[in-house]
Amino acid sequence: MTEVLREQPETASPSVRGGRPREVGRGVSIGLRLLGIGPLLILVALALAVSLLTPNFLKPGNLSNILAQSAVIAIVALGQHLVILTRGIDLSVGANLALATVMGGLMFRVTDSGTAVILTMLVSGTAIGAVNGIVYVFGRLPHPFIITLATLSICRGLALEFSIGHTTMRGMPDAINIIGGSTTVGIPNSFFIVFGVAAIVLVLTKSMVWGRWIYAVGGDPEAAREMGIPVRGVLVSTYTIAGLCAGIGAVVLAGRTGASSPLYGNLLELDTIAAVIIGGASFLGGRGHLGHALIGALMIGVIRNALNLLDVNVFFQMIAIGLIIVVAVEADVLRNYLEKRARNLQASRIQ
Amino acid sequence: MSAAPAPVLTVRHAQKRFGAVHALKDVSLDAYSSEVLALLGDNGAGKSTLVKCISGVYTLDEGEIRLDGQSVSLHSPGAARRAGIETVYQDLALFDNLTPAQNFYCGREIGFPQWLPQGMRLLRGRVMDREAAAVLDRLKVKLPKFDAPVALMSGGQRQAIAVARATVFARKVVILDEPTAALGLRESRKVLDLIAQLRAEGNTVILITHNMEHVIELADRAVVLRQGRKVGELKPGRANQQELVSMIVGAEA
Repeated sequence: MTEVLREQPETASPSVRGGRPREVGRGVSIGLRLLGIGPLLILVALALAVSLLTPNFLKPGNLSNILAQSAVIAIVALGQHLVILTRGIDLSVGANLALATVMGGLMFRVTDSGTAVILTMLVSGTAIGAVNGIVYVFGRLPHPFIITLATLSICRGLALEFSIGHTTMRGMPDAINIIGGSTTVGIPNSFFIVFGVAAIVLVLTKSMVWGRWIYAVGGDPEAAREMGIPVRGVLVSTYTIAGLCAGIGAVVLAGRTGASSPLYGNLLELDTIAAVIIGGASFLGGRGHLGHALIGALMIGVIRNALNLLDVNVFFQMIAIGLIIVVAVEADVLRNYLEKRARNLQASRIQ
Repeated sequence: MSAAPAPVLTVRHAQKRFGAVHALKDVSLDAYSSEVLALLGDNGAGKSTLVKCISGVYTLDEGEIRLDGQSVSLHSPGAARRAGIETVYQDLALFDNLTPAQNFYCGREIGFPQWLPQGMRLLRGRVMDREAAAVLDRLKVKLPKFDAPVALMSGGQRQAIAVARATVFARKVVILDEPTAALGLRESRKVLDLIAQLRAEGNTVILITHNMEHVIELADRAVVLRQGRKVGELKPGRANQQELVSMIVGAEA
């Protein structure tokens, strides 16, 4: 009879056996919540610490600079986060971006039309993304790692081959220079591009059925198939969108530098993956949202900027970001462990 | 009151071979509404094969499946689902990262506007939340948190969500494959109550289990398979428990 009583948590007396799991349960749920908002807390703490160390950090000019510097990573990370949501990875985004700028640069040699150049970059990026997705899904590859690694190499090679003199090509249409390089009331225009892309991704992932399917595929691909979700279509779409985001990033970067180059986007795949993961999305798929990608991108921007202001050698930036990735992945492991604890506590409460 | 009930699901002369293995040999069975039909048999007796044929994973080599008297061809899990047959396998096919309501409607989300293809529609989250909550409430399933991912829920709660989901969309038959296999005593109890509730609401439930106690308590009829053949059909009870067991293992009673 006492067992029946204990089944109702509200009426259970805090007996020795009933009370302890509940306290542990509270610890577990607090832990989970902390992990949930952890990246944002770290970003705020980081900004505070840096602003104490160097007063230049909080100057409007510098903040605007951080936004502009983070914009490319943020845009491409938004695409990367969709891929990571489906348990995938896209290593080709950096090279894809470089190829897109080169294709745009070549188009600029033919026409002065900003629209044509922008469209060229977007189409180039999207096409490479679609190739990634199609080969991965219909080539029945076990993991997207290899195909995106291959397209990384192919895109970088193509970009070097196509670019005139195999190096940076100066000059971009005004429209692109304005998008990537100018500011409106002190805010870099590229920030508005990030905002626009984020808004679209937000609607896609949170309001549309398609977005729910992305989460389902990442949560359990087998179950998704059983439930009649078009898993292949969902996967191809995420790589295609990641490619499109690389194309948008190409427009912004080309505008910011007023040039196109086969050398752009070097290690951008690592920056974007790092942004998504240190922002708090799970490498195991199905967990995360675009806030994670944005926070992560901003965090990388702040770290780079702070270390620059503090005159720290550029190598240390790479080491710092690498260390933060390790911490973020461990936090993900810890979260999974805590969830398992929570699940067991649920079961023991009912038993 | 439906007098002289007709079977909801009829299987006639089912044959299934996998190469040299003759997995189903001329199996026939009927399942009626408001009943729990237990499907019993030792490992390899053909229970899983039969259930997978009914749920569209396999197709029969010979024989016929009828729903409400209409012959149907169940060539894929999707086709079986559209025909009104829902199956809960042991893996549950739940999405750990989604909430119970999101799990309920995953793959058949309620969205608008209707003229768009399903994937492009906008989710009606609140409607789905409300409907899922109503179903869980009706089936007396208690969950700690309705807006938490099911990763945080216990085995029994997850089982209950999977079963409840199946009942929402099963217009004809719910098949449960060892729903209590991985559960503790009390959680098993809850799932059994849930199955009884399903029957009370007029569902046709096909239950695969190894637990004789559960069969005797819950099942209205039991069909026993052995080596791909149907070897018996009876109303399980305390009196014939021994007979049931010997049918399953093949010993002479």
